[in-house]
Amino acid sequence: MSDTTPPDTTTHAMAFTPEDLPTAESFFKPHRIVLLAIAAALVFCIVWFMRWDWLPQYLPRLGYGIMVTLAMLFSTAILGFLLAVPLGLVQVTGPWPLKALAKGFCTVIRGTPLLLQLWLLYYGLGSLFPQFPAIRQSFLWPYLRESWPYGVAALTISFAAYEGEVMRGAFAGVPAGEIEAARAYGMSRWTLFRRIWLPRAIHRALPTLNGETVLQLKATPLVATITVIDVYSVISKVRQDTYITYEPLLLLALIYMCLTGILVIAFRYLENRIPTRGA
Amino acid sequence: MADPVSFINWSLLALEPPGWGGVLLRGLLNSIQIAIGGYAFGLLLGIGGACGKLYGGPITRDLMECYTTIVRAVPELVLILLLYYAGTDALNYVLGLVGIGQVDISGLVAGIFVIGVVQGAYTTEVLRGAIKAVPPGQIEAARAYGMSPTKVMTRVTLPAMLPYAIPGLSNLWLIATKDTALLAVVGFSELTLVTRQAAGSTKAYLLFFCAAGALYLMLTLVSDFFIKIIERRARRGFVEQS
Repeated sequence: MSDTTPPDTTTHAMAFTPEDLPTAESFFKPHRIVLLAIAAALVFCIVWFMRWDWLPQYLPRLGYGIMVTLAMLFSTAILGFLLAVPLGLVQVTGPWPLKALAKGFCTVIRGTPLLLQLWLLYYGLGSLFPQFPAIRQSFLWPYLRESWPYGVAALTISFAAYEGEVMRGAFAGVPAGEIEAARAYGMSRWTLFRRIWLPRAIHRALPTLNGETVLQLKATPLVATITVIDVYSVISKVRQDTYITYEPLLLLALIYMCLTGILVIAFRYLENRIPTRGA
Repeated sequence: MADPVSFINWSLLALEPPGWGGVLLRGLLNSIQIAIGGYAFGLLLGIGGACGKLYGGPITRDLMECYTTIVRAVPELVLILLLYYAGTDALNYVLGLVGIGQVDISGLVAGIFVIGVVQGAYTTEVLRGAIKAVPPGQIEAARAYGMSPTKVMTRVTLPAMLPYAIPGLSNLWLIATKDTALLAVVGFSELTLVTRQAAGSTKAYLLFFCAAGALYLMLTLVSDFFIKIIERRARRGFVEQS
């Protein structure tokens, strides 16, 4: 990406990436063995001296919550990516009204907190919709009365805006020679896009896309504030029911760390499977 | 439910008490205060963390790695809850041991602490990358002049790494301003929470959330303006990349 804009540093520098994973042999150093022993003792103390008797009772609900979190993550990441491709593309080649529109969309969404967008959609639109009889009678109404569509919408929009910037850089960064070569082969615009431009852009953006997906996982607990029952709100329920402050939160942190770890390992596996020559 | 026209009742945004404009602006001020405080605290933690990661012994380095890994792998919302309760509890416990007794920690201080700890991990990564981008010859030259490690840091490493760090740091500032919204969940009356309260009591949800969005956007755009100036100044003397 160095030949156009500097790589988008918005967030991907901060996401947990495959390079940050420890390797197996890195654990076998004298000081690390001592540190691991201390950590093990700490974990033992946490397990032994803190209260975990509530855990078996809530285990099924926790499993359900994790499923909801993952469903939120993957549905919004996929939908957001589908939106991000046109957003990035029109910013590179589109006519100026579309370009300005896409740029404005990205600026506004990236310039306001996700929590505010979520509440704007849920409380704002949610209080507006019932006033229109046409919406109340439409087939969408049973869904619009639930809270999860607003969560999905907000997370999708936010993901699309951040990804749109990334895809813009990736589309602009595909070497002009490759596109000219495709044109010289007589490819139509659509074929060129489908066979050359999009795959090359995705290939370039892949590490950033993965980082953004990890960041998206960290954004999902916000939907608990609009009463979607994800793993975060299950833990909140535990805290309300049992008046235990720390144990559920520690478990929640552990769950998210495991999810992040699994996600990062999966991405490393996928990235290694994509053949890269030179580039 | 109010009639559909009510969400453009502009008098609700008036600065005087029947309107909620003053409340919103005070919320914005709280948000900015926390963002500045948290950012500055995070910067301190980040300088310490980056130095620890680059120059510290193996144990320091591993502990720093744990800190940045945990913060980068756990959602901010969860961290904020944990630190908010754990931080105030721990402080009161320590004060209780010393014999001072309980203190009521203001939401502002707790918020700054929480945002600072989260920012610190990211700042560590940004600064570490920037320090590594400084040509090692410059640092070696400073050492050859007989400068003490602190002097090398303040005179050579920190000024020389600044141009590499500024894009990352300015992003972190923008993230800090937006992360303050998460403090709404622990009940600190910053912009997002007061907006929700205002919206809830007047039922003009769209108006207030859009107004708060405009305030946040304004904050971002003004920050962007200054960031551009700072970046241009920091990069003077660099070869322009086309």
